[in-house]
Amino acid sequence: MATFTTKPSTTQSSQNGERAPAPLLHTLEHAPRTLPAYPSPVVMECSDVNIYYGDFRAVTDVNMAFAKNEITALIGPSGCGKSTLLRSLNRMNDLIPQARVEGSITFHSKGIYDDDVDPIEVRRRIGMVFQKPNPFPKSIYDNIAYGPRVTGMKVDNMDDHVEQALRRAALWLEVRDKLKQSAYGLSGGQQQRLCIARTIAVEPEVILMDEPCSALDPIATSRIEDLMVELRENYSIIIVTHNMQQAARIADRTAFFTADVDVVTGERTGRLVEYDLTTNIFQNPSDERTEAYIQGRFG
Amino acid sequence: MIPIAEAVAPPNLKAATHSDRSPGSIAFLVALWLALAIAVLSLTVLLVDAFIDGQSRLDSGLLTNYTSQVFPEQAGARAAILGSIWVISTTAVLAIPLGIAAGLYLEEFADSERWYNRLIETNISNLAAVPAIVYGMLTAGFALAIGMERRIVLSGAIALALLILPVIIIATRESVRAVPQEIRHGSLALGATPLTTVWRQTLPAAIPGIATGSILALSRALGEAAPLLLLGGLVFVNYDPNGLMSGFTTLPIQIFNWASQPQEAFQQVASAAIILMLGLLLVMNAVAILIRNRYQSRW
Repeated sequence: MATFTTKPSTTQSSQNGERAPAPLLHTLEHAPRTLPAYPSPVVMECSDVNIYYGDFRAVTDVNMAFAKNEITALIGPSGCGKSTLLRSLNRMNDLIPQARVEGSITFHSKGIYDDDVDPIEVRRRIGMVFQKPNPFPKSIYDNIAYGPRVTGMKVDNMDDHVEQALRRAALWLEVRDKLKQSAYGLSGGQQQRLCIARTIAVEPEVILMDEPCSALDPIATSRIEDLMVELRENYSIIIVTHNMQQAARIADRTAFFTADVDVVTGERTGRLVEYDLTTNIFQNPSDERTEAYIQGRFG
Repeated sequence: MIPIAEAVAPPNLKAATHSDRSPGSIAFLVALWLALAIAVLSLTVLLVDAFIDGQSRLDSGLLTNYTSQVFPEQAGARAAILGSIWVISTTAVLAIPLGIAAGLYLEEFADSERWYNRLIETNISNLAAVPAIVYGMLTAGFALAIGMERRIVLSGAIALALLILPVIIIATRESVRAVPQEIRHGSLALGATPLTTVWRQTLPAAIPGIATGSILALSRALGEAAPLLLLGGLVFVNYDPNGLMSGFTTLPIQIFNWASQPQEAFQQVASAAIILMLGLLLVMNAVAILIRNRYQSRW
């Protein structure tokens, strides 16, 4: 990846004579932020979360909290359950037959799987952007206006609302002259930003992103990454990515998952190995599996 | 020095050894052509024969005159044309909403793991292959049971609606299944309810396919005589049908009746009516193809 720049500022500890450990990956192209060691304030939290598909346990015993106005990245090899976990954070997993969540996932301390909780409302408050850009077969305008319309949001002026959402997704200047044209005429990167704008339009608090850049070229990827960093001011973002450099570039905190293989059945179940500030994960991981993965020894 | 172009022998593309021209392949190709020729030839013969027989009667009298037992030279298909319009319109009103609703339920809401849903699915596929006359018998029995007149537009439409219902259900299911899952997920992730998602995303995206299937089904109903004959469809109608409870005849019944009369003039008018009906079917199928091409899926 050519976009790496060396920023020694993130590893300054040479004043007291100690040698800083050599960074595994240079992180944080964007200005580093001072963040508390533990997520705070917490917007979502997983406690003893196990996710099953029928009898098969896809994710085992996840305990982690997601901080408000931060980008949290979930990384790990294929089949480690990170996408499964992400989908269960806004109950999109309900749509998969036989999927079942045990333990508790809370949003502002309220369990989202509680009996009195409406999954529709959960999904409105916790939005999701998918791997492949999936605009609706409608005009650009209608793609954005769809969410507010169907969720019964009170919108004073839909035109302004659409413009606002497109501006926040850094797409307004490119599409303002063709709002009535089909969203299918946009490029892949524009379509993905449209999907982000569409999610923003229903004003969620949390945005889940499932490998949002995996179908995009490097330039489009970099624009989406810049956008995510901007959106962090107003939203909490949880992103699954296969791209470690991406996590290193944009995430405030990173969780590393791995797949345990059952010796008898050969089934793989995902497990959270390490969860820390991104700088620590990439420069000073405490678990050797994390280090091995980050150095590219497996995964 | 040998020029490089000579030194490296160019690949001989002509000498490739796949056997497109082997006797076996050619024989197979000829067999395919023959099969096609038989189909096209028999249709052509039928059309030409009907045209030669009926051309003298292809005039406005065919459209405006009632049929006549006394003056076969002046017999026209007015009542049959109006009867066909009445019956097919009523059939469309009965069968299309029902078929779309049933197809949507089976595809979007029914749990296909349940034995009863599987039973329904299998049976619908079987129903599409049931001989048309059986639907006539069913309707006759139904009419008898509730004390309804058999020889009216409504009875005929019920029989034809039952006949094409499976076809519409199957067409609906296939068009709905062709709508990408990403569209549904995109809608649900914005906080739309499953019902809203079906109503505003899935169904509109599937409409072109449903329309094509429905028109083809209706054109089958238009050409169907057997169930209506069983219901005792009238053959000498010399009044315009004027409602659902009105007696009626349709083009296929009229043709069937004329063709079974000994007089030469009836044979001729039957041929003219055949041309008329084939023309109508051609127009309906052309519209179906037009819709399919115009709105071909854009994903």
